[in-house]
Amino acid sequence: MATHIQVSTRINGEDVDFLCDTRQSLLEVLRDVVNLTGAKEGCNNGNCGACNVMLNGALVNSCCVLGAEAEGAEIVTIEGVAQGDHLHPLQTAFLEEAALQCGVCTPGFIVAAKALLDEEPDADEARVRHWLAGNLCRCTGYDKIVRAVLDAGDEMRKAPAGR
Amino acid sequence: MAAPTKPEYKVIGTRPVRPDGIDKVTGRAQYGADIRQARMIYGKVLRSPHAHANIKRIDTSKAEALEGVKAVVTGADLPQSGDRRSDKSLNVLAADKALYRGHAIAAVAATNPYIADEALKLIEVEYEVLPPVLDVREAMRPDAPVVLDWVRTTSMAGTGEEPTNVAAKGGFNFGDADKGFEECDEIVEGEFKTKMVHQGYIEPQACTAMWNPDGQLTVWTSTQGSFPVRNDTSEILDIPISKVKVVPTEIGGGFGGKIPVYIEPTAALLSKKSGRPVALRLDRTNVFEGTGPTSGTSIKAKIGATKDGKLVAAYADMAYEAGCFPGSSVTLGAMAMFAPYDIEHVKIDTYDVVVNKPHVQDYRAPGAPAAGFAIEQLVDELAEKLHIDPLKLKQMNSSHEGTRGPGGMPFSRIGQEECVEAAMNSEHYKSPLEGPNRGRGVASGFWFNVGLRSSVNISVQPDGTVNLVEGNTDIGGTRASLAMQLAETLGIAYEDVKPMVVDTDAVGYNDVTAGSRTTYATGMAVNKAGLNLIEKMKGLLAAKWSAEPDAVEFASGTFSSGENSASFREAAGIVAGPADATLNATGEVSAGVLVGGGFSTHIVDVEVDPDTGKTQILRYTVVQDAGTAIHPSYVEGQMQGGAVQGIGWALNEEYYYDEEGKMANASFLDYRLPTTLDLPMIETVIVEVPNPTHPFGVRGVGEVSIVPPLGAIANAVYRATGVRQFELPMSPRRVLETTHDLG
Repeated sequence: MATHIQVSTRINGEDVDFLCDTRQSLLEVLRDVVNLTGAKEGCNNGNCGACNVMLNGALVNSCCVLGAEAEGAEIVTIEGVAQGDHLHPLQTAFLEEAALQCGVCTPGFIVAAKALLDEEPDADEARVRHWLAGNLCRCTGYDKIVRAVLDAGDEMRKAPAGR
Repeated sequence: MAAPTKPEYKVIGTRPVRPDGIDKVTGRAQYGADIRQARMIYGKVLRSPHAHANIKRIDTSKAEALEGVKAVVTGADLPQSGDRRSDKSLNVLAADKALYRGHAIAAVAATNPYIADEALKLIEVEYEVLPPVLDVREAMRPDAPVVLDWVRTTSMAGTGEEPTNVAAKGGFNFGDADKGFEECDEIVEGEFKTKMVHQGYIEPQACTAMWNPDGQLTVWTSTQGSFPVRNDTSEILDIPISKVKVVPTEIGGGFGGKIPVYIEPTAALLSKKSGRPVALRLDRTNVFEGTGPTSGTSIKAKIGATKDGKLVAAYADMAYEAGCFPGSSVTLGAMAMFAPYDIEHVKIDTYDVVVNKPHVQDYRAPGAPAAGFAIEQLVDELAEKLHIDPLKLKQMNSSHEGTRGPGGMPFSRIGQEECVEAAMNSEHYKSPLEGPNRGRGVASGFWFNVGLRSSVNISVQPDGTVNLVEGNTDIGGTRASLAMQLAETLGIAYEDVKPMVVDTDAVGYNDVTAGSRTTYATGMAVNKAGLNLIEKMKGLLAAKWSAEPDAVEFASGTFSSGENSASFREAAGIVAGPADATLNATGEVSAGVLVGGGFSTHIVDVEVDPDTGKTQILRYTVVQDAGTAIHPSYVEGQMQGGAVQGIGWALNEEYYYDEEGKMANASFLDYRLPTTLDLPMIETVIVEVPNPTHPFGVRGVGEVSIVPPLGAIANAVYRATGVRQFELPMSPRRVLETTHDLG
């Protein structure tokens, strides 16, 4: 019985082929097969957003996607958000504004917030709060996260090139 | 009264980026589930479907025969010394009785997680199902089913004779409460109930264990206390402590819930049996059902005051669920309950009660929030009856230096009065709240600031920077707050200190990252190490400068003696050349538990929808005494995070049990944590009344912020609806039910 399937993708701008168990979620594939452990498992049923990645330009909970579904897909994970040594404005804002405590939800928040700001860099507080309601953080009370996203949006509007 | 002026600091009070920040915003930081070892296999745990059952038989033979399964263990694999295994051991894997739904019964390790899951289904367990006892007051009844046949009530009067669920009776008695109530013009009372709630850390427990053929066990785990994990693992497995090394990974939240061991001994046993490294990771349902939440509680309380607003007497009867083993936080709750107030006559009776639910664990200021839910509503009711502003009433009755504190010892310098004053003077409190169905509530809270043991090593590098080796896992910025204290001590830049958290073989003993202690107590150890290093350098400089050993002085980052002077970095270059001394030092602290003391006062505005019963938080302000705020952003973060956990507890969160003791909402969909959408910005006011027991005046700030929200929101809901709330959570359904008659 064939239990594995070969899948060809582009992950963070590089061609990545992997062999995955047909039962494996994209999150499991990223973490256990491709060894990109930045996306986290918090709930494994789409409630916490810690596993957020971009799949063909759409924000997804990678725990709710099968690895086999990623055939031909373009995937961006937290590991692909910075460009070399150059942090994304969201990453800089999270650091400078202490928008993380334990940090385990941070990859999901940054990927989700980037998905918003790439489309709507002028998103206001209400929009940011609405967009990020699928990402759970238990440490911060969200105040500094929302501020960091708003400030990153300001930065991106000032210097939109390449972002 | 004005807060004392604080010294001029160079580093303390600034807001630098944390040293571990880059790894955490780029996905590189390694948490419990991110450890990978060659030939690693995967463990899974079989859990009891029943809340209370005798285990008649376990047959693992079919699971063991499944292709890919490398090891299976049950409670019979854990060593037993004495007449029964310890509570800790029994909680890791059950013996002959399942004590709650989710209790670990057996575990398997297989070459992939799917095979491990299939193997669990092949384990046959024969249960004799027993009636569960799930409510704290019902469990106290003489005719209640007994959860543990060895439990007898302990109290000042001795130990009881009969099996019971009441594991301990205790309390406090100061003054003469009966007489005190006779002196009161106004007395208010109520019965308050709270449900079990979970810490809700986003990272489930996860560890990897590797048992070498030489008997050396290495455990990588996400924990608040690598040394306690080492101690417990050694004790449960009955192996020498020197054979266990615990490597702490980054930790994805804990709030008290990641102090005990749940999976480490099991993973170790699976590794020993299989000869392979074993990764054991819980899923979210496991976390809810199989790890320790905090107690459900029942509190009957009464307070009285004179007509001019002097609190005179207080009484509380507090019963806390301990879960399936004795040991709730009821005593801490009792000590914290009346701490914000100077009340002459106080009597408290406490009951620690065993029920068929997970054994409770600490959750941020354990025991205090439920106590606050009761006392803060009663104080609010008194203020209303006496026609006194609720903050004014708090100000009139605030604890202060010299007031009898928790357990009877007088408080040292504390900041409750300053917090209440700052709340009264805040823009929030001075702004009117207008509109229908809206109300404003306030509440105060107290929490301890424990010392315990910490130990750090520091060493000067050839370029004059300093490595700081510590053992407390960094759960919210403590690498930064400790590095800042060392930089301040040595008079160097924050960037010149490199802090690192190491394993249990690599540094002296450190107690848990808990009890609001790391920035406080480990900060003291860091300061001592810095001072020790300075003394060492003074002696070495004196030799180089041909000065008397005591003639070298150190101030504002500069060593000097007569004509000679040198900055820290210059001095290091002078005394630590290739042919000279190596520069390192240690710092240790072992401090009492009842030190410091943190106070907080919260203000909240709510709007209650009269049609749905939903409570919306409109505005929220946290005022808190930080002693000295080392890194104000992370102080604010603790204030905001604790307040929001309290908001969740007040409005949404509860373990929802059916009659058989099954938790009906063991997922993040149904156990609803607050989201961005539920909240406004959380405003903060940091008050700084330096702690006299700390060299920089630090008070722990991690916990007290969860104490006031329950009472503050209940008071706001009362002002909005006219109805007092005696049970948590104040979910839409409950608010609607309690306000329905008035609708």
